[in-house]
Amino acid sequence: MSEHILSIIWLTPLIGMLAVMCLPKENKALIRIVANGFAVLGLLVTIPMILAFDKTNGDFQLVERFDWIPALGAQYYLGVDGFGYLMIILTVVVGWLSILCSWASIQDRVKEYYAFFLFLQAGMLGVFMVLDVFLFYVFWEIMLVPMYFIIGIWGGGKRLYAAIKFFLYTLAGSVLMLLAMLTVYFKHFELFGNYSFAIEDLMRVAAYTGPDMQFWLFWGFFVAFAVKVPMFPFHTWLPDAHTEAPTAGSVILAGILLKMGLYGLVRFAMPMFPKGVTDDLTVTLVAVLSIVGIVYGALVSLMQTDWKRLVAYSSVSHLGFCTLGLIAMNPNGIAGGMLQGFNHGLSTPLLFLAVGVVYDQRHTREIADYGGLANRMPIYTVLFAIAMFASMGMPGLNGFIGEFTILRGALEVSVVWTAFAVLGIVLGAAYLLWLFQRVMLGPIKNPKNEGLKDMNAREILVMAPLIAGCFWIGLYPKPYFEILEPPTNKLVERLDPAYFSSGAPELIEGEVELSQARTEDATTSE
Amino acid sequence: MDGFTFTYDDFHVLEPVVVLCLFGCLILLSDAFLVRRVGKRGLNAVTALVAEGIVMISVLGYLAEVRAGGALSGLGGSVVVDGFGVFFNVIFVLAATLTILLSARYMESEGEHRGEYYALLLFAQAGMSLMATGQDLVVLFVALETMALSFYVLVGFLRRSRKSNEAAMKYLILGAFSSGLLAYGFSVLYGIGGSTGLAAVGEAVAAREAEDWATALALVTITVGLFFKISAVPFHMWAPDVYEGAPTPTTAYVSVASKAASFALMIRLFIEVFGSAAESWMPLLAAIALVTMTIGNLAAVTQTNLKRLLAYSSIAHAGYILLGLVAGNETGLRGIAIYILAYVFMNFGAFALIAALRRDGEAAEELDDLNGLFARAPGYTILVAILMLSLAGIPPMAGFYGKYYIFLALLGEGHYFLAVVAALYVAVAAFYYFRVIRACWLSQGSDTPAVLEMGLGSRVALIGCGVLTVVIGLFPQRFLDLAGESVLAAVK
Repeated sequence: MSEHILSIIWLTPLIGMLAVMCLPKENKALIRIVANGFAVLGLLVTIPMILAFDKTNGDFQLVERFDWIPALGAQYYLGVDGFGYLMIILTVVVGWLSILCSWASIQDRVKEYYAFFLFLQAGMLGVFMVLDVFLFYVFWEIMLVPMYFIIGIWGGGKRLYAAIKFFLYTLAGSVLMLLAMLTVYFKHFELFGNYSFAIEDLMRVAAYTGPDMQFWLFWGFFVAFAVKVPMFPFHTWLPDAHTEAPTAGSVILAGILLKMGLYGLVRFAMPMFPKGVTDDLTVTLVAVLSIVGIVYGALVSLMQTDWKRLVAYSSVSHLGFCTLGLIAMNPNGIAGGMLQGFNHGLSTPLLFLAVGVVYDQRHTREIADYGGLANRMPIYTVLFAIAMFASMGMPGLNGFIGEFTILRGALEVSVVWTAFAVLGIVLGAAYLLWLFQRVMLGPIKNPKNEGLKDMNAREILVMAPLIAGCFWIGLYPKPYFEILEPPTNKLVERLDPAYFSSGAPELIEGEVELSQARTEDATTSE
Repeated sequence: MDGFTFTYDDFHVLEPVVVLCLFGCLILLSDAFLVRRVGKRGLNAVTALVAEGIVMISVLGYLAEVRAGGALSGLGGSVVVDGFGVFFNVIFVLAATLTILLSARYMESEGEHRGEYYALLLFAQAGMSLMATGQDLVVLFVALETMALSFYVLVGFLRRSRKSNEAAMKYLILGAFSSGLLAYGFSVLYGIGGSTGLAAVGEAVAAREAEDWATALALVTITVGLFFKISAVPFHMWAPDVYEGAPTPTTAYVSVASKAASFALMIRLFIEVFGSAAESWMPLLAAIALVTMTIGNLAAVTQTNLKRLLAYSSIAHAGYILLGLVAGNETGLRGIAIYILAYVFMNFGAFALIAALRRDGEAAEELDDLNGLFARAPGYTILVAILMLSLAGIPPMAGFYGKYYIFLALLGEGHYFLAVVAALYVAVAAFYYFRVIRACWLSQGSDTPAVLEMGLGSRVALIGCGVLTVVIGLFPQRFLDLAGESVLAAVK
């Protein structure tokens, strides 16, 4: 069993899906119990992975490998390093919570709902552990299908439009990735005479291709990942999909699907095409798009009248930070970008869950329909405040650590980048605090809000693990940096072999202690 | 041809054709004297299935022999059974079997369940079988016409339906026109080569200079004739009307089998006869492929009738398959083979659904008729989703591998622009295939919803197609090998 740890992780939800499909559709309670059971089981089966994972090792671990389609050279090839490890943990936790939070809010077609959700879960887990590019593409594409149905069947008013828009945008991006993939694969065949899709084989091609070629190939991959992240100007599917999706769908979209773009960049696009990503034009373009995303996302959030849409646009802004960190291509930037991705996977689901709590009672997402909720829902207000501060980058919570590390990385490259990013942080505080003020504070103006009930135990239970995660990373991020350090250093070394010998700043120790000290300062001064 | 004697080898290469023709006649006779009295028309379908079984055994026998000892030649080299021919014969057997399975219930419901129908199906298949194995212009032309004539009748088989009659008329006129062009081209080739054998003609063409007007004339007329058959733009106008008017199982048969046969003929001619002139036809073919994909995909987006939607989608698929020929390398041809194999299952699956869909006993063929199908037949709706994903080319469904190879072939030959355009059209195509999924899964049904009336045959066909689409997708090795073997034979 121990050599199939990763297979068991992604197959558990798939088996759960088959189990749910076999249940009678009238018995909703049983379906919910079975689906939640498998979600919890999905958490438990990651324990062997956590125990077996060696944090100090930057290579792929827990590798499983055998031939799948010899005619194509495609293999069933799984493995994790620090990047994948964190994402898998995020996926099982957020996936479990989103299944749990659907308990009361989904009443129609319950059986299909849970079947699709477990299928989605299996697909997402697959994406984060696959090391064969062909199999990666399979997981990457097939995962869109359940998401299409989740938005399209259980979504809000414009769900049909949002669902197909989500699907087509992502598909258009990924077919370009397929072409880039096939080009590298073909080059590899020409150079080495055998067909292979294994990541390390395709990485060998980089030494034999010129910067121009790599530039285009990198952008082939990049467009697919940029759509998923989503980066300005590929982001327009996101507000619709996030807004129209049911709460659990938004949670998964924001929590995990967006991270696939980041993960794809560090796993495939950047190491496979080092000359393409270090190209001046690429760096400038990606940095500019990231910065535009940060500022534009924040400004648009400021203007939203729809609560969920506001949170959706805030993702554009936050993910802009992540990509800015990645394109800085130094240890702080990359580790910070990935950690911030993880952080966003904790704090944004919290915000969506918070919207879901009141939406289930009031069935409106308009900010203007609320106001003064703090009077009726004290627990809710406190939890929402924590989520908001986490998202804003308040010291002591996770967002601060991520943003700080990214800014440190960006500063190494350019003061201008950093200045714009800081502007984004200020705007971020503005739209979140203004939202808080409009929704929570003041007297209750709308009589319908008088009858709102505070959160029940299940709703609190759903939020609790995420909030605990926010505090953990905010107060003691060291374990996370330790996990990210080996793969980050490996990636930086691949992109710039001279980086570590040139005496440029390394990640960890100094930086974290510094941020730690600031955190403590900030908490004491509060 | 002095001292021509008919030996066992000559018979051996014709086995499928002989079996199909004999069984066709048998069905005609037994229908007239036996089945009509018993009143069980299903028996004709059973007879036809027996014929398919025998042909399949014969074809698998070929496969073993070809694997062991190379191509089998007969009739003075005018019919050669090689891996390529075997592969396409497998396709035809599968397509014909699926058509028969779908037909029994459908033709019964339409009140046109007669023996000739099955006889014509088999005759058409006999023609197609020879199209894939023929190595002689005359044999090929006769084979093509055998197929085409059978199809003209099959398309108009719903005598009382105006649309069916209209479709048959259109098909006949345009089909005859394209056959005429093809015959003209063949005659020019005969003039060039002084022989009707493909090998001799190919040598003669290769010996001529590059800018030769006679070769160009033959090339253009033959290409246009074949473009009609595969419904490439701008010779596609007949396809939507014929697809809509023909009995649904026949539509499936025309769209899969006749297209596969025409592609087989096209590959043979382009590789063996015009291979030396590749430089001159490549740009032409690339342009036609591009236009075909564009028109097919864009027109499909606005269709509200399911059969018309699939008609345009099949035009788009023809564009993709042509791209494999544009690349012209082994990978591209392998892509064509696997594309066609997957296409059999995914397209027949889709047509099996339409054939079974009825409202108040009338055939229901509109996209809206699928609304809310999920509530009535959840299991089949899952299959429909699988088939549509496969048609769209989403992995890990069977339909993905054809596109995979064709993209790979284009990139390998440096046709980056074509590859990018073809890839982006996948997203356009996904849009209209998802309209079908949306109708089934997301839309609410009306008060008098259409229901699936399925006989045993259509159940087997739909479930078989859906399951095979996934199985080929997940474990394609064996099928890729088979396609690879067929291609090696064609390139040699």
